[in-house]
Amino acid sequence: MTELTMDPPFTRLRWALADGWSVARRDLIHWIAQPMTIVFGVAFPVVIALAFGYLFGGAVDVPDGADYFAFLMPGMYGMTMLFGLGATMVAVTTDLSRGVTDRFRSMPMAPSAVLIGRAVADLLNSVLVLAGMLACGFAVGWRPASLGGALGAVGLLLWLRFALLWAGMYLGLVAKDPGAVTAIQTLEFPIGFLSNAFVAPGTMPGWLGAVSEWNPLSSTVAAARELFGNPGWGGDSWVAQHAVTMAIVWPLAITAVFFVLSVRLYQRLDR
Amino acid sequence: MAAVLAQGLRKTYGKKTALDGFDLEVAEGTVCGLLGPNGAGKTTAVRILTTLLRPDGGRAEVAGFDVAARPRLVRRSIGLVGQHAAVDEVLTGTQNLELFGRLYHLDARAARARAAELLDTFGLEHPGPVKEYSGGMRRRLDLAASMILSPPVLFLDEPTTGLDPRSRGEVWKAVRALVSTGTTVLLTTQYLEEADQLADRVSVIDTGRVVAEGTPGELKSKLGGDRLDVVVRDAARLSEAAGIVGRVAAAPAEVDQDTRHVSAPVVERVQALTEVLAAFSAADIEAEDIALRRPTLDEVFLSLTAA
Repeated sequence: MTELTMDPPFTRLRWALADGWSVARRDLIHWIAQPMTIVFGVAFPVVIALAFGYLFGGAVDVPDGADYFAFLMPGMYGMTMLFGLGATMVAVTTDLSRGVTDRFRSMPMAPSAVLIGRAVADLLNSVLVLAGMLACGFAVGWRPASLGGALGAVGLLLWLRFALLWAGMYLGLVAKDPGAVTAIQTLEFPIGFLSNAFVAPGTMPGWLGAVSEWNPLSSTVAAARELFGNPGWGGDSWVAQHAVTMAIVWPLAITAVFFVLSVRLYQRLDR
Repeated sequence: MAAVLAQGLRKTYGKKTALDGFDLEVAEGTVCGLLGPNGAGKTTAVRILTTLLRPDGGRAEVAGFDVAARPRLVRRSIGLVGQHAAVDEVLTGTQNLELFGRLYHLDARAARARAAELLDTFGLEHPGPVKEYSGGMRRRLDLAASMILSPPVLFLDEPTTGLDPRSRGEVWKAVRALVSTGTTVLLTTQYLEEADQLADRVSVIDTGRVVAEGTPGELKSKLGGDRLDVVVRDAARLSEAAGIVGRVAAAPAEVDQDTRHVSAPVVERVQALTEVLAAFSAADIEAEDIALRRPTLDEVFLSLTAA
């Protein structure tokens, strides 16, 4: 028996992954025991999509006379990824406040497994919810142009979710209290509205439009529209012209910052 | 060898000092009760000893391993039952124990077998999710999860806080069973009765340091040993009675006018009782009640922690 730091790197990695999977499996059992949580996870963005599509859709001027849903659905896919931010924070704060995180930390398991497990479980959850949203899209007449493009778009959407995982973990570790999460969750909609998910940034006041165009969500949504072959708002700015590039760069930057911050904060829970 | 050793532990949160030179030594196979009011530093001490928190100063060893230098070996040697029942509410008892078993690096089959064994030991054969458990069952499941590797040292942080008396009794029974197998237990509590019931030795902690230490019996005798309590029928004779009791007692008698109660510490128990009774009958003072009793741990505790 040796200290973890003395184990060969391969052994450490193996246990980090094995323990991470054990932690993630807990969420999988939750979904089987409480399938309604997944159903609600899908139903929430579906209801928003239907509300926007049928209530406001008629009032929105879509380029080339396309149906608003063809434009809206990629935006809603992006919003679904954004909602994952709150879900991650809730999970992190709940485990912190109920002493589950402390129990893990007092055990001889790989310390990184707590974060790895959270990441794996939340990403799998987002895959399920996104699949549900895509089905909803098909039901309301949204169609991707090609399978290859669609896979690329789904990849970029999940790439954004991956980045938001670490942001959610960091914010959850900062907030500590599930009650404080609600406050941050209410910011999800303003972030969504301040993007191209629902309307064209070009129709907003100049400075607000610029903020919206530089919103990372806008890049992912614009790139998804492009790859799905759905209508977009275009836009002449550099960031709007390089949507796919920015849909790769933004999550990479967010991950780089928040991965380091959340790992550091997790290691400093002993302060 | 001491199973738990803390020397001069210090910890501050901002301006608040949680531990201020905390010393503790728990011998192998014994139960130590860490007794103190809210905010005395009990949980901080447990968190440092279980590697959850880094001390600002001092050192600590658990099962012979330094908590700062060898945290992973410490974690292999301990079980922790924190203030919350840190089990998953959606999972069943079996699923919880299998999850923790896997995280203790048992293989799937061993984890399943150990889970079944522990559920049986702790009387937790309820098939449903943990949210259907009573408070006492949750605590016992928490205890079972801490015992997966049968660690030599177990930390219980206020294990019965918030439980009804029946559940408390169940948890005590489970803890006693563990102790009988040789597990060393460090138990924090606000309940004197709990320390009295479970602990071999008690350390009283107040404002971050141990203010008294000993067996429950020793702590009680620190307050002056046995007390002689007399209830006088006629309130007018109270001061006269107090004078008589005071003559045979080791210290001046305390008088409570409202309950007509006279009380004083005595050394020679029976002799004091006989002398007081004789003096009362000579002076024609009528006693409603007269008794010898040991001070409760409550009295010890209050006298030690009163600032």
